[in-house]
Amino acid sequence: MAAEGNAKPAKKLSLKENYALLTRGLGWEPSYEKQEEIFRNISFEGIKIHDWEKWEDPFRLTMDAYWKYQGEKERKLYAIVDAFQQNNGQFNVTDARYVQALKIFINGITELEYDSHRGFSMLAREFPGVGPRIAAQMQSLDELRHATTQIHTISQYAKYFTGMNEFPYQFDRAWYLSIPKSFFEDAVTSGPFEFIVAISFAFEYVLTNLAFMPWMSGAAFNGDMATVSFGFSAQSDEARHMTLGIEVIKFLLEQDPANVPLVQKWIDKWFWRGYRLLSLLATMMDYMLPKRVMAWNEAWEIYYEQNGGALFADLARYGIKPPTRAPETIAEKGLVAHQMWSVFYANRDAVGFQMWLPSEEEMDWMSEKYPDTFDKYYRPRYEYWREMEKAGTPFKNTTLPQLCQVCQWPCLFTEPNDPTTLSLRETEYKGETFHMCSDGCKDIFDDTPEKFVHAWLPVHQIYQGNCFLPDVDPTAPGFNPMYEALRYMGIKPGVDGGDFKGSADATNWEKWTSRPANIHEGAYTDAVRDTGNQSDVARKAV
Amino acid sequence: MTVEIRTKSVKPLTNSFGHLQRRFGDKPATRYQEATYDIQSSANFHYKPLWDPEREMFDVRRTAITMKDWYALKDPRQFYYGNYTTTRAKQQDALDRTLDFVEKRDLLRAMPADTRALIEHAIVPLRHYEWGANTNSAHVAAYAYGTAVTSPAMMNTMDRLGMAQHISRIGLLIDGNSGESLLASKTTWTDHADWQPLRREVERMFVTRDWFEVFIAQILVADALVYPLFFQHLDSAIAAGNGSALSSLTDYLMRWYEETGKWVDAVIKTAAAENPENKALLSGWTVTWRDRLVTALAPIAQSTLGNQSEDALAAVVAAFNTRAAKLGLSV
Repeated sequence: MAAEGNAKPAKKLSLKENYALLTRGLGWEPSYEKQEEIFRNISFEGIKIHDWEKWEDPFRLTMDAYWKYQGEKERKLYAIVDAFQQNNGQFNVTDARYVQALKIFINGITELEYDSHRGFSMLAREFPGVGPRIAAQMQSLDELRHATTQIHTISQYAKYFTGMNEFPYQFDRAWYLSIPKSFFEDAVTSGPFEFIVAISFAFEYVLTNLAFMPWMSGAAFNGDMATVSFGFSAQSDEARHMTLGIEVIKFLLEQDPANVPLVQKWIDKWFWRGYRLLSLLATMMDYMLPKRVMAWNEAWEIYYEQNGGALFADLARYGIKPPTRAPETIAEKGLVAHQMWSVFYANRDAVGFQMWLPSEEEMDWMSEKYPDTFDKYYRPRYEYWREMEKAGTPFKNTTLPQLCQVCQWPCLFTEPNDPTTLSLRETEYKGETFHMCSDGCKDIFDDTPEKFVHAWLPVHQIYQGNCFLPDVDPTAPGFNPMYEALRYMGIKPGVDGGDFKGSADATNWEKWTSRPANIHEGAYTDAVRDTGNQSDVARKAV
Repeated sequence: MTVEIRTKSVKPLTNSFGHLQRRFGDKPATRYQEATYDIQSSANFHYKPLWDPEREMFDVRRTAITMKDWYALKDPRQFYYGNYTTTRAKQQDALDRTLDFVEKRDLLRAMPADTRALIEHAIVPLRHYEWGANTNSAHVAAYAYGTAVTSPAMMNTMDRLGMAQHISRIGLLIDGNSGESLLASKTTWTDHADWQPLRREVERMFVTRDWFEVFIAQILVADALVYPLFFQHLDSAIAAGNGSALSSLTDYLMRWYEETGKWVDAVIKTAAAENPENKALLSGWTVTWRDRLVTALAPIAQSTLGNQSEDALAAVVAAFNTRAAKLGLSV
């Protein structure tokens, strides 16, 4: 029996009402301490927010729903991961070259998920509004999830293949891993608004499909059950994160017209940085997947030119324009994969994954996909290098490449419209010369030189002698600086990287699976049984 | 009869990641270890943070506490995202059954008007305390050093949102989902004299920058006083005249508090045992915040527990002092 005055039956709440009641009123206007002392990071960037309550919550998830929904996903995912481990699923992938792509994933991507967890936890603390803070908190925890599930999945591979065993250590030290590391550190060390535009909008909303599609489809095409599973499981998180990205942009643009130029500047910057980071996928899609999904130029057309075009058409009403350097990305879409693979191949003794030259069959595929560029510029190069391999004098770069001060890629790119001229830019700042790979990176440097002069450029550091372990004596006889620098980076010289053929990964693969380590080249060792299709492929390739 | 299923066995090259082998030897690692140890970047940072240019992006100098190895501060619950969410989901399922039971029978709305008013005045405003705890816990997740701390701190942050929402549901069970009790309790939190000293201390935590001090103030001290005072002492007082309907809902909060305490105790005990300077700092913060918070809680205790309030607070403080001493703190 209800007490007096309370007899009306309890109201039924819609999900939206329920969420609003349980969430929106939680915050209060502080009066014992000053607002600007509590939220200290929200004014220095110049973004103006007049009303945090105008924030539209994109998810409307209460914690009980979050726990149940995510807990159910985790139960399913770990059932698959357990089965994968029990059944030695790591041997079901197409061949051992595929595993080289996973090395890039665990060494270069997983730590970004952790950085993202921290970046969003800072927003979770620093935004004054309840709505955006809860959104940032959930994303912070989600990012922890992604780091965790990636580690748990790939750890099985790390037990059987080289080069994956030191991922946090390598991430902080290996020269080419400063590309992803510097990208995310740039975002986290920015202010909260630049961070959220960089990561939630430019990266998650504009570019994430491009990362997701080739990795996860590539994993599916190549029999990697574990990676496909964490990928699909992460997809619904990503959908939430992308929604956050578009909500953030609209919120910032609607709050004050003065925010428009700042947001535009950040979109220009982070589109370019994100593009440079993700173009690493170009090599993976075109060269590292034994069974290919689509070519990089096709992916860029669908996921940036078409989807991005529609997005920026939609944002035009706010006065937002497409990223300034988008035309360059379109102009060079037929070049980047081949240029990057060439540089990695030439420096294969200094990286933590193994390299190979594309087979005839693979080169034919590239001719078809890149009719304007491949046969003209890159096929002759690969054929020449193959001749050198056959002659026993394989081509190698014995020095380290010049890195771009901003994106930290080697300055390997050409002028977007001229594949025979290297693109080099430089800027003088306080009496020193800084080198950039492109106009996109030069724009960024010139806008905030004070930030980018601090970049920890690995090649500079190596040549300055800052990358040796404490047990190393550079004056000792037989001192080998390259060998020692690799040891510092956590790369086992001659094991993790180098030529794929003859590597521990290739040899073990054939011994353990009786299948060719490279399906396009046929067996390297006698351990491979001559059966059916595999040998047909092999014969065709030879 | 058991049948041995034969599987192909290939000896792995290594049993675990290199960083785990260096810590634990060459043996298979647990999922907690894989997800936690050495995951945070610790070297070769690129840029000076615009929000703190004197320090690195992740920097041990954001607290005065020092540790030779920040990964010594491990979580005995061994939570990683997967077992954290499945544990909370399971607990929530059980709680949902209780909420359903209470709602179907209108057990809270059936309480006498003065009891409902007491719950509205003394329990429902704690949703704002939890939101403050959420802010403080997010501060630890954002600025602490090492995954061993930031990962459980982020889980704690989300737990606090969950607790704030659970307490809000108690309000909705009283007001028949109108939300009136939530509106009223917000005014109580921001304006009523009983609550202002506590709100004052919560806001003081918001401007405390040393993340370990925030951890001590909020997660060790404030919670150890607030939870037993409201969800045991006040809850018992209400149950004495009204039956256990409210207790069936506060039980969840107490169980969560006890589980979280295992993590909190492990962190404090290890940090205090690390060196005498840590012990002195942690003890100092604990005493300062304990004294502030005990004073801050006196008015609301007095107005709700009346002549039992001094005994209740004294019992809570005595239990806390015993616990703190066990953790190696001088209080």
